[in-house]
Amino acid sequence: MTEMTGAEMVIEALADQGVEHIFGYPGGAVLPIYDALFQSQDRVRHILVRHEQGAVHAAEGYARSTGKVGCVLVTSGPGATNAVTGLTDALCDSIPLVVLTGQVPTHLIGNDAFQECDTVGITRPCTKYNYLVKNIADLPSALHEAFHIASSGRPGPVVVDIPKDIQFAKGAYSRPKEFQHKGYRPKVQGDPDKIKQAVEMIAAAKRPVFYTGGGVVNSGRKASELLRELVKLTGIPITSTLMGLGAFPAADPQWLGMLGMHGTWEANWAMHDCDLMICIGARFDDRITGRLDAFSPGSKKIHVDIDPSSINKNVKVDLPIVGDCANVLDQMLRLWRSKPQQIDKKALAAWWDQIGKWRAKKSLAFHNSKDIIKPQYAIQRLFELTKDRDTYITTEVGQHQMWAAQFYQFQEPNRWMTSGGLGTMGYGLPASVGVQLAHPDSLVIDIAGEASVMMTMQEISTAVQYELPVKIFILNNKYMGMVRQWQELLHGGRYSHSYSEALPDFVKLADAYHAHGIRCENPGELDDKIREMIEVKKPVIFDCVVDPAENCFPMIPSGRAHNEMLLGDAAGKIEDAVTEQGKMLV
Amino acid sequence: MDTATTHYPAAGASERVETRTLCVLVDNEPGVLARVIGLFAGRGYNIDSLTVSETEHQKHLSRITIVTRGTPMVLEQIKNQLDRLVPVHRVVDLTTTGPAIARELAMVKVRGTGDQRMEALRLADAFRARVIDATTESFVFEITGASDKIESFINLMLPVGLVEVSRTGVVAIARGPEGM
Repeated sequence: MTEMTGAEMVIEALADQGVEHIFGYPGGAVLPIYDALFQSQDRVRHILVRHEQGAVHAAEGYARSTGKVGCVLVTSGPGATNAVTGLTDALCDSIPLVVLTGQVPTHLIGNDAFQECDTVGITRPCTKYNYLVKNIADLPSALHEAFHIASSGRPGPVVVDIPKDIQFAKGAYSRPKEFQHKGYRPKVQGDPDKIKQAVEMIAAAKRPVFYTGGGVVNSGRKASELLRELVKLTGIPITSTLMGLGAFPAADPQWLGMLGMHGTWEANWAMHDCDLMICIGARFDDRITGRLDAFSPGSKKIHVDIDPSSINKNVKVDLPIVGDCANVLDQMLRLWRSKPQQIDKKALAAWWDQIGKWRAKKSLAFHNSKDIIKPQYAIQRLFELTKDRDTYITTEVGQHQMWAAQFYQFQEPNRWMTSGGLGTMGYGLPASVGVQLAHPDSLVIDIAGEASVMMTMQEISTAVQYELPVKIFILNNKYMGMVRQWQELLHGGRYSHSYSEALPDFVKLADAYHAHGIRCENPGELDDKIREMIEVKKPVIFDCVVDPAENCFPMIPSGRAHNEMLLGDAAGKIEDAVTEQGKMLV
Repeated sequence: MDTATTHYPAAGASERVETRTLCVLVDNEPGVLARVIGLFAGRGYNIDSLTVSETEHQKHLSRITIVTRGTPMVLEQIKNQLDRLVPVHRVVDLTTTGPAIARELAMVKVRGTGDQRMEALRLADAFRARVIDATTESFVFEITGASDKIESFINLMLPVGLVEVSRTGVVAIARGPEGM
């Protein structure tokens, strides 16, 4: 028990929790903590961002690429409100974060003081948990609990709001110890009876499919390894959500590609026609199911999830298993191996034949061009030229994100950082800063759209300051592409405010930021310029000028069943494909 | 909007709506009630009645009784969503776990003179309501019981000169020797 100030406790707790980097932005209500940081720079390294939203996304990128808790430090009032988008993003995608916010001194709380806001009130619905520490004696336990809650169970962001007088106050610091929270005990082990039932159901299935999600990635490296083993052992096809890409290698023949609104023909049809769906760490999101009453009508469903509230939320399942993916997969594998389970090989072969027919549709096919860069082609080339390197990909949100998911082949987990649940434009650039900081020698690329990247463009300045050579690969189609696509398909081609007017010259912009700018307008030059981007040892803004008219297919139109996909060639029939009611949906 | 064309859950249009009484054991800490209420408001669940008070002072535990309505799927969601709040220790559905008793307390103010006063006292007697305040022109009755009993008492008081009512909302507990 050592006596120290609240601000010193913060640094002490961060160090004790193994935090090496914290992303933040100073301000009046956190000055004591910044002072403590100044005096102990060797313990925790602070990364100065350009906007608090960027700090949270950077911490998310850091967390997702390492599996560690991401940390943020911001001031009261606008510092906290600017962090809200990032907090909500982290909550939707289950990313472990601890966000420290300054607060006005306790005696001023509720007085509408300068830069005061009700941080715990504002962040209550967008955090897993939050604290307002009004007593110095509560600070050490609040900080340690925050890390425990953020990283255990279904991970999520935790806010600790620390008034300025508490940062100055002196008290006794206590180290983190293995403690049992009063009431919070996530269930991580699957119920053995249900595991047994699940294994029996898998063995009896004729047309099974694995449907996996971000829960596998969140569960850690081990979960991906176990998943691979189980999929290999059973010979069952596997598809994944946007969030789960990389948990199973895209190069594997059992991989069907991503499913959902922009998923492959074979993945969505397999989900529709299967007789057993084994959902592991995914949540039957509306982007996956399409019209609910037509979702996989003939299948039994097993759902493994660490969060009981994800089960039976949208889709009624036959066998719910609450537990951590790695534990449950391990339990399933052990049982599968303990007695020679025989899956019906003949039925499975027939199922694979059917899948082969769906694959033959080549649903991701596109017409390439010699004159203009097709966005799909740009991603294909980017993948080919970076696949043998140690590469991490982040994205913004929109068409480019879906093309990245479709055409960049992820072989490993934690290599793909994208805003899935919230769909936050402006996520990718700051996230790439966080990823690059955690992996200084790796190649970190933000596959971006020109509209999204403008939302947090200022973070390129952070990358330059800390010599983080992130590559901002902009598929520039001069439109908010996904908005434009929906306007084309659903709103009679009335492109209301989706044109990116008055775009900056991205090469000059890169220059202005002391980064490196590259523009590519010709398919023939693409490879060389991508190589140049990889070779340059500083942040790069790559302005890849692509076909502005290209649409992202396959697509499940709003209000349609998940097997009623539009394909690229079906573009002529699109008008009939979307009903009036479908237009109401997002 | 035609539910068949939406990919969102069909707001229980085809399923029957049930009423449930939930008991929630929570840490008595600042903001815990806001978390519970915020959950109901944010996710569009109904609250028919909500009561809360610290029940175990040593452990700083409060007990919240919530009466809510929804389809079976929504009710399961409500319980799971409550259960995953960090300060929530337990959620028990008293309606489904076995026989339970639910009671409410109300204070009913009635104003009147002459026969009206006599009628008010006679009705109060029939309902076993107690007089807890009296003036020459008014009474305040205290009545305890199931919600529908209180409802009928209040309805009867209306023509007699009902001024206002204050109700606690429902508190409930399971029958038998076991705790929640």
